[in-house]
Amino acid sequence: MELQVNHVITWMEKSNEKIQTNKDFLSALDRAIGDGDHGINMARGFNEVVTKIKETDYSTVSDVLKDVSMTLLSKVGGASGPLYGTAFLKMSTSLKGREKIDYSLFVNAVSEALNGIKMRGKASTGEKTLVDVWEPIVEQLQKDSDFEAVTIETTAKNSMEATKAIEAKKGRAAYLGERSVGHLDPGSVSSYYIFSALSEVIKEGV
Amino acid sequence: MKKIINDPNFVVKDMLEGFVAAYPNDVKLLPNTTVVVREDAPVSNKVGLVSGGGSGHEPAHAGYVGKGMLDAAVAGEVFTSPTPDQVLEAIKAVDSGEGVLLIIKNYTGDVMNFEMAAELAEAEGINVQQVVVNDDVAVEDSSFTTGRRGIAGTVFVHKIVGAKATQGASMEEVKAVAEKVVANVRSIGMALTPCIVPAAGKPSFELKDNEMEVGIGIHGEPGIKRTEVTTAHDIATELMEKVLDDMNLKSGDEVAVMINGLGATPEMELYIVNKEVNNILTEKGIKIYDTFVGEYMTSLEMAGCSVTLLKVDEELKSLLDAESKAPAFRR
Repeated sequence: MELQVNHVITWMEKSNEKIQTNKDFLSALDRAIGDGDHGINMARGFNEVVTKIKETDYSTVSDVLKDVSMTLLSKVGGASGPLYGTAFLKMSTSLKGREKIDYSLFVNAVSEALNGIKMRGKASTGEKTLVDVWEPIVEQLQKDSDFEAVTIETTAKNSMEATKAIEAKKGRAAYLGERSVGHLDPGSVSSYYIFSALSEVIKEGV
Repeated sequence: MKKIINDPNFVVKDMLEGFVAAYPNDVKLLPNTTVVVREDAPVSNKVGLVSGGGSGHEPAHAGYVGKGMLDAAVAGEVFTSPTPDQVLEAIKAVDSGEGVLLIIKNYTGDVMNFEMAAELAEAEGINVQQVVVNDDVAVEDSSFTTGRRGIAGTVFVHKIVGAKATQGASMEEVKAVAEKVVANVRSIGMALTPCIVPAAGKPSFELKDNEMEVGIGIHGEPGIKRTEVTTAHDIATELMEKVLDDMNLKSGDEVAVMINGLGATPEMELYIVNKEVNNILTEKGIKIYDTFVGEYMTSLEMAGCSVTLLKVDEELKSLLDAESKAPAFRR
């Protein structure tokens, strides 16, 4: 199975749908332990992403991902903009010039994205950030040998839900210390939507 | 939500257009950006100074753009860091070849976005350095967290660093004085009421009628504790205790004082706080070199205040006194 330009575009469209549907939920999560704008910012950014990639003709997967990155960087703001922007930029760079990508290239790209997020956010596992979803996803992808819709969905969902029990060490939630326990990490929830959308794309047939 | 706005999605754009219309001789808006620059940017033979951050803290930061202070201020969405592409535009617009110093308040988003912009600018051959302001003593520093936040003390950084750069100092000298101010400035805030981000439409937190929060951040981030509202005397005493504990001031030391309103605090109350702060400093034998009372770093319509002390020496005093044409800090 191979991931092509149209799959990546569908992935972003589905991500956008989930983020738009859950915009208020994401902001409510952020109000509890951050500054309450995660839903607004992500909804604005992904809406722009979809507008941009729909009106552009692409021949390579890397060009789509590069536009996704640049749009998120310039439209999201906050911490999420550079984090997601860096993630998609790293994916684009690792896939440079590819018209379609097989599973091992894909795993490598997501792994590069994770490294980018950790570098940009100076974060590691267990600090109640989106790393807590991206790291388990990369580990799961490395275990699997081909695109598996079910394991991606399950891993993303479980690891997103597991952030509830973590005490925040990074970002604005860290100011709350122990009071951040019991709340989902908004960035992990938006990351879950992105991987859940990917899972749906795979289910529909890559 | 009751606000004098048009569309909540355009508050930043509308505000910036109104701002530059008010000071056409001093500042201009870079086309298709949220960057306010000095009318005469780039200024030759001078290190460029760029700051910025989320909107909602007016007059910060655009109000501090002008001769003697910043060369550019980048406005993000309300309470949201500006994006790297916007910061990059600001850097390019003010670089005269002497390099550009970024003055960043210590928030995860601000640091990341400004750092990305610095990387992009360096790729274009511009020397970019940065200084991170973390004056808020409410949040304890720790290697495991983001560290202390940057709040009203940032305005002293803008003023003093601006004066240094105006003298034609090198990047190294300008950065050194920036770090000196950061090392000597401490603040803490408190709030009586929350504020409403226009696009959100509701308060980001709640305080009961009889409650206040001590140590609150300028985006309503949680502080140290919530208690019943007390007197100005008690509030000032508590805020000053936290600041002084962190500063090691001795009798005979000199400070500049800033009593900053968060957006909905009557000046009457700010002056009452200043009276208390003045008494506390005088009792300890600490000399007050200069005092600034007003709105410098607000939090939309939040009611409350912050207290900032800057320990000054001869160098900082003369730079604090130097001329400034910035609309929100004329000297």
